[in-house]
Formats: sequence, structure tokens, C-alpha cells
Amino acid sequence: MANLLSWGRYPRQPQQPHAVNWSEDVPATLSAIAALKQGATLAFGCGRSYGDSCLAESNHVLATSGMNRLLAADWETGIITAEAGLTLSELTRIALPHGWFLSVTPGTQFVTLGGAVANDVHGKNHHVMGTFGCHVSHLTMIRSDEGLVECSPVQRPELFAATVGGLGLTGIILTVTLQLRRVESNEIDQRSIRFDNLDEFFALSKSHDVAHEYTVAWVDCLAKGKNAGRGHFICGNHAPNGQLKPIAPTGLAVPVDLPFSLVNPLSLGLFNTFYYHRQLHKDVASRVNYSSFFYPLDGLRQWNRIYGQAGFQQYQCVIPEQHGADVIRDIMNTIANSGSGSFLAVLKQCGKIPSIGLLSFPLHGVSLALDFPQRDALNIRLFNKLDALVHEAGGRLYPAKDAHISSIHFKQAYPDWSKVEALRDPQLQSQFWKRVTQ
Amino acid sequence: MKQNIIIIGATSAIAEAVARRYAESGAQLFLVARNNDKLQLIANDLKIRGASAVQTWVMDANDNEAILPMLDAAWNAFNSYDVALIAHGTLPDQARTETDMIYALDQFCTNGDSVIACLTGLAMRFEPQGKGVIAVISSVAGDRGRASNALYGAAKAAINTYASGLRVRLFKSGVHVLLIKPGFVATPMTAKLDLPARLTVTADKVATDIQKAINKRKNVLYTPWFWQWIMLIIRTIPEFLFKKMKL
Repeated sequence: MANLLSWGRYPRQPQQPHAVNWSEDVPATLSAIAALKQGATLAFGCGRSYGDSCLAESNHVLATSGMNRLLAADWETGIITAEAGLTLSELTRIALPHGWFLSVTPGTQFVTLGGAVANDVHGKNHHVMGTFGCHVSHLTMIRSDEGLVECSPVQRPELFAATVGGLGLTGIILTVTLQLRRVESNEIDQRSIRFDNLDEFFALSKSHDVAHEYTVAWVDCLAKGKNAGRGHFICGNHAPNGQLKPIAPTGLAVPVDLPFSLVNPLSLGLFNTFYYHRQLHKDVASRVNYSSFFYPLDGLRQWNRIYGQAGFQQYQCVIPEQHGADVIRDIMNTIANSGSGSFLAVLKQCGKIPSIGLLSFPLHGVSLALDFPQRDALNIRLFNKLDALVHEAGGRLYPAKDAHISSIHFKQAYPDWSKVEALRDPQLQSQFWKRVTQ
Repeated sequence: MKQNIIIIGATSAIAEAVARRYAESGAQLFLVARNNDKLQLIANDLKIRGASAVQTWVMDANDNEAILPMLDAAWNAFNSYDVALIAHGTLPDQARTETDMIYALDQFCTNGDSVIACLTGLAMRFEPQGKGVIAVISSVAGDRGRASNALYGAAKAAINTYASGLRVRLFKSGVHVLLIKPGFVATPMTAKLDLPARLTVTADKVATDIQKAINKRKNVLYTPWFWQWIMLIIRTIPEFLFKKMKL
């Protein structure tokens, strides 16, 4: 098998995969990697974590994508149990014809169940459904020190809380039991509303979050002056009475690693301006399929290659509600002034539903995410400024996206880190965890 | 129309991927493999994916005497079959085959003899049916003997020749024989090899090609397609040059 990189392809640390296609292969594979004496390992699913949280200390990982069988499915209750390597895409394909959909889905369907649990992912419905982990009722894992273990909100709840959002450090997740949600069609009734500034965004968010299960906004983070904070607010609900046919992912892909980044100030400026003006009317209602609503970027496989050899970093933070509007404005200004831009930034109002996960990212507040081509000095300077703003506001960064946060900021933002460390499997260690805890 | 499928070596990655494709269209499957735990996991998964019935049978394909009882059970379970797939096999350690004769012949049995035995048994059952496709997984390695996998290639070459003859023999009865030659596929069997990433495909991709070839009643399938051209070149290199090459 070819060596693996994280999604941002930075830091560039190729991971040597050791395929585990069956649960029963896990203990022997753990021992085989331990025998190499190069350090601890980690489970690796689809490699959609952006930074170094999916990179193992030893650069040897257990590749779990072949462990993708369904063990049980109750189409009356929508409770399913599957092996951790099953992707959300595959699960949707199987469950949708029975009238079930993911309770929570992130912006890509090419992640495994194990990865969704380990990062306690969230989606456009965070304000009504919470995180992915809120819908997980049971996990089985293999630990190098205990063998097969089970946990749930009632069975070994401390281990469950450390595993949901636990970055894969508490054991190799074998199976996940989760609750799906009923749908009547494969479509979403969508509204797309153009806004001219951040105040308008916050007002739209306040008025539409009540009536719409899904809300998100795309913001032009390059725009300055009177255009600052312009963007599109997109909200939607599952459409009633339709077809339950799954949408096949397209085969379009970026075929090779580009030698240089296609993402530069010129291309970004054009793209963002074009995107802002893509709809003539301020408010457009339409019915779209779930794939284009939830997974627009999945339409181009391996899109991370457009950033060239150097890769990119995603900066995703969440700012608590009371400071949300002001700090997001400061952050956006800082980014616009830096000139080191990004494609459209994603803004999302997160809700109040708490997650059981000790390291779960979302807070009640506003989350902002944007991508930056990797340029060492520029990124460090800008990220330092942004980190200070986030930190001061009591916000935090998303470990699944991170490749730079300092140990001090991480430990203050996630005070429960030491509980996860105490329950970490001694044979599992990521480069991220080593960086932020040691 | 609901199809009936029998798969020997059902826990192999390619076989499992093929089984899923048929399960999704509501097929009834009879799965044969050595490891019962793995068989049960797969059977369960296939039912959830849409198979209308799945039955399993534990058998070591090297046990020649077990083949006819297995076929009896299979035709008892579902009384006719549209497709049979033979997918079992190993990747021998070539270096060991060069010094350990017993090992070499054992490996030849698993990859050659036992496949021919299964083909023979299946032909006995399919011929009276007068319909259906018997598909057998060989390898591009069978197209020419190479130093790096001479024994594996020889066993696959035996299958190629046998399948070709069987295809001719069964033609009049209406039964078709499909010979499948995959190139590099990322599976547990090849996990220890350092395969070139650009030429290596997933079991799922190969399964898609296999299902299409079965539907079209293709005689020989190279999968992915470009192996047909790679192997054409490799077959046409004159022996006096070939023996000096490290392929």
C-alpha cells in the first residue's frame, strides 16, 4: 500500500499503512508495529484530518478502511452497528433507501465512523442535533493493555467520554453503534440568502436557526472596506415526500500533485468575487440533493492537491457566544489585512447541546474555518495573531484541523486533556498529542 | 430478476467486494471459505446490504473430497445458480519455493490443483443447468513466467489453460466461463508487497469490472483494463531478451 499523508499534506510525514481488514487482525498488527520499536501507532481511516492528529508517533498506522462491515441494522428504529472503517458515504448509500440518514454529518462523506467518533465531528445542524457523538450509543475497542473493551454512556462512561473526540488515543475502535434519523427524501429544501456584512450574518443566523435544521454561511474573507464580511447564508431542511435514492459520488478528481499551488491572491480574489455574485437575487429558494447540499467539495476528489507540494493548513476556531460577533470581526479583519487569503471562509453558529466528549470541539458560539496555503513564515505570523484573539475570547481551535497550536493554548482550551492522557492506550500516540501535551 | 451466486474463497477481498455488488441487487448467495467467524461477519453484512438470503459453508479448498458434498449442499440451498466465482488463493513466498519443494508443491496445489478441482465440480453442476457463468480469478502473472513469481505464475497459467478448454467444452451447453486476470490490487494478500501506487487499484474497482464482464459474458477480463496492453508487451518480448530482464 502507498504511504499516506494527512489531508492538509502538512506536516509532510508519510505514514506507512498496516492494513487491518478484520477485528481479529488488530492485536497482531499492534504487536508487529510495537516490535519495530519506532514508537506508538494510531488507527488511520480516510485521512481527512488536516494536520498532525492522524499521524502516528512511529509513522506506522493501522489502516482500517477494509474493516467496513455492517453488523446489525434495525430499519424500524434506525439503530445500526458497523465496523469502524465504514465510511459515512457507504452508510448513507445503504441506509437512505430504508428512509434513514445520518443524524449529524460533517462537510465530507469520505470519513470513517471511527474517525467521526474520534473527532466528534459536527455539521450544519449543530444547533439542533449537537455533535456526532451525541448519537453514538456504544463502542467496542481493542486496547493493547486490556484487549477487547466496550463502552457507552452508561458502561465505563469515563472511557466513553475520553473516546468520543479522543483523537483515537484510547484504543483501536472496532465497532460503532449509532442512531440514524428519519428522512422522507434525498433532497433538501434550501434557501440561499446573500448578505453584505457580518451584522447581517448574525441577524440572519438568529432568525433562521429556529426554523431550519441546517444553517451555514460562506464568507469572502478577502473583501475589505464596505465589502468586508459579505457572503451567502445557506439554510435548509430535509424535503418531504421524495425519492430515497442515494446520489452516487462523482468520479472527478485532481489526478496528480500539482508542482505549485493554484491558490494565490489573484485566483482567490476572482473566485471569491465570482462566488459572491453567483446569485442575482438576494434570496433564492431551491430544492437540491443531499450530496450537493452537504458535500459540495466531495465533487472534486483529492482537491487538497490544488495547494501543491507544500500543502495547506486549515484554521478553525470557535468563539463563545458572548464575544462571538466582535471577535469574529477582529479575526476577519486580521486575515483580510494579512493578504494571505483563503477560499471562502465558513461561518457557523454552534448551539448549546453539550457533547459527552472530553475533547469535543464545538462550544455555544460561532465557528469560523478557512484554508491557507502553507507558507511557513506568513502562516506563523498570522496564526500567532489569530491564536491570541481566540485565546483571549475563551475560544478554541479544532484538533482535527490543527498543525500549529501551542501546548499552552491547547491545555487551557481543553482542560480535560489530562483525563484523556490518563486513559490513553500506551501503544497509541499521535504527533499532535505529543506536540500539545509534552 | 433475483440471481443466485456461489462464491468459493468468499472471505478474500475481491470476492467480498463482488458479493456486495450482488447483495445490493437482492441476490441469494452461497458462500464457501475456511474461516467460519469471517464467513458469519460477511454473511451478516451482505444481508443488511440487501441480499435476500445468504448461506455459508466451511471448507478448505485443498480438501478435494469436500468439494462434492459442498456442491450438494449448495444446490440444496438454492436449486440453480446464475454465477459461480472461484476466488481463493495465496501469494507464495517465491524465495522459499526455490529451496523447499514440499512448500512449493503445497502452494501449487492451493493455487492450481484446488482451483481445477472446483472448476471440474462446478462444471458438473452447471452443464445440466444449461445456463450460468463460471468465473475464476487467475492473475496477469499467469501470462508469462517471471523469476519473481514463477511458481504463482505457473499455477495461474494452469488455470488459464484449463479454463480456456472448459469454455470450449461448455459452450454448447450454454454455460460460459470467464477468466479474470487482475493486475495489482490492494488486498490483504498483497499487503506485504511494495506495489506501485499508480498501477494499484482497490478490490472494489476490480469487483465492478468483474460484474460487468459476467453480464457481458466476456471470455477473458484484464482488470484494470490497461493490463491487457502491459501483458501484450511483456508476452511479445523475445525470450533471449526476456531472460536478461529483471521484471
